[in-house]
Amino acid sequence: MCVADYDVHKTASTIDWNAIREDFPILRERAHGHPLIYFDSAATSQKPRPVIEALRNFYEHDNANVHRGLHTLSSRATEAYENARQRVAEYIGAANANEIIFTRGTTESINLVSQAWGGKFIREGDVILLTIMEHHSNLVPWQLLAERTGARLRFVPVRDDGTLDLEELSSLLTPEVKLFAFTHISNSLGTINPVAELCAKARAVGAVTLVDAAQSVGHMPLDVRELGCDFLAFSGHKMCGPTGIGVLYGRAEILDSMPPWHGGGEMIVSVTPERSSFKKPPHRFEGGTPSVADAIGLAAAIDYIEQIGRQAIFEHDSQLAHYAAERINELPGTRVFGPEDERGALVGFVMDGVHPHDLTTFADQYGLAMRGGHHCNQPLMRRFGVAGTTRASFYFYNTMEEIDRMVGILHRALRFFSPTEERSRLAAVTSAKAAVHPLS
Amino acid sequence: MMPEIEELYQEVILDHSRRPRNFGELPDAAVRVHGDNPACGDEIHLAVKFDLRGGLEDIKFSGRGCAISQASASLMTMKLKGKSRAEVMEMLRAFHDLVTGETSAAPKALGDLRVMSGVRKFPLRVKCAMLAWRAVEQALEQGAGEATVSTEPD
Repeated sequence: MCVADYDVHKTASTIDWNAIREDFPILRERAHGHPLIYFDSAATSQKPRPVIEALRNFYEHDNANVHRGLHTLSSRATEAYENARQRVAEYIGAANANEIIFTRGTTESINLVSQAWGGKFIREGDVILLTIMEHHSNLVPWQLLAERTGARLRFVPVRDDGTLDLEELSSLLTPEVKLFAFTHISNSLGTINPVAELCAKARAVGAVTLVDAAQSVGHMPLDVRELGCDFLAFSGHKMCGPTGIGVLYGRAEILDSMPPWHGGGEMIVSVTPERSSFKKPPHRFEGGTPSVADAIGLAAAIDYIEQIGRQAIFEHDSQLAHYAAERINELPGTRVFGPEDERGALVGFVMDGVHPHDLTTFADQYGLAMRGGHHCNQPLMRRFGVAGTTRASFYFYNTMEEIDRMVGILHRALRFFSPTEERSRLAAVTSAKAAVHPLS
Repeated sequence: MMPEIEELYQEVILDHSRRPRNFGELPDAAVRVHGDNPACGDEIHLAVKFDLRGGLEDIKFSGRGCAISQASASLMTMKLKGKSRAEVMEMLRAFHDLVTGETSAAPKALGDLRVMSGVRKFPLRVKCAMLAWRAVEQALEQGAGEATVSTEPD
């Protein structure tokens, strides 16, 4: 089954999602003798055949360095690499391909901004506004910048339901705020933040905005001009693309104002022993040989996702996440984090008496891949009074039936880890539920 | 049920994780070590009181963590109470070998601690099992006062 058979703009209900699974060879793997249930796509997504083939095709037919060789392969590689940049620009609604910088991933994209932009524009006493739900990759670079410059960090708090406290935001957004950096979708709560509204509020006090789109860009329609952000960072590997490639989008005007960050080949116009002059963006920020094949792989991932349709993917993912949250909530002694109404493609939860690491080790024995721990969200975990959570995260290749199997495994875990006196009670509950949702 | 998972979570381990022994405060402790496993956020507070010859007169712990780390700490405190410094160090080495699978035959001296041998099939959980032991190692090294130790090297 090839995804090209699907029309664009289909809705979730008209797509044969089971057939799409055939495009992902890895989903046929088994773990500990069980069919793999891959619920860790928020960490990294699996790769469809067209992406794997794009990588192979590049190395078999076009491989050469870019922008310097005058030979046939180099011009092919350069064209494919720059076409990939154009493809990314279209995908996120950027006005121009020159606003797209290829990086190694979200983390490097944010570090680029903190060093090149932050190094030039952030001064002692300035405020860098973040939220308490940021992934460490959108926190630590700003801590380092604050240490270097004497700037102050401020945090928008999170309400009990997992949404940002927008009232508090209004009092935090003062003229001292030079940057507001926040995530689009929380990687442990699933909260979808109102990006356009947040950007508009930040702009009103003259603050630059950076959006961490790692968890959203492959899961929902997204247009940087509609969002109104200055920077947007994401990774290829969470959206069906290869590891080692990511993107920083920056508004042309703001990229033009930024000095280089990594010096080296590829980013210069001319070099004397004493000094160099630099290219315009985006090449000014891409010193050294880039991940050419991976950029091309990312473009293939974008083609693949767009053929299914991002709105359909969003609807499908939402159905999975809501169903999973509902089923997990039914389990005795569980607590699901994050908003009830609208959530991204993941569910974070804790179970009384079962530590996330014990649970994920147990689940793995049944072929179920989840993540347990702090999810690079230590301040957020502290906010909710837990050391960590278990996270089941989904993508369009997952099914409701897999969620039913997960619930069966969670029941078993509860029974396995709970004290003996509780077991008989749980056994009764579990066998009643297993009759409805058998563990296959 | 898979044998490997049952081997890892033996009934003794589950029991110790649910009802940890020597859990609580030790007001007259000579040394207190805060140990943490940054990979998962688990933490242990270990308090040790020495006898006149430097052996472990009393030892208690508190904190939170997975079944493996809690059971390991509980079993360890039971085993080490009353042991000399040399015995503790010997036990530490033997236990490390046990959970990393470096010896196939577990020394008899480890006694109850041998229930932890299932960890060797789960390399990612070795740090959980070793957390309390890293803390006691630090306590011996430190001798007095307060210290911190981490499963991640600096």
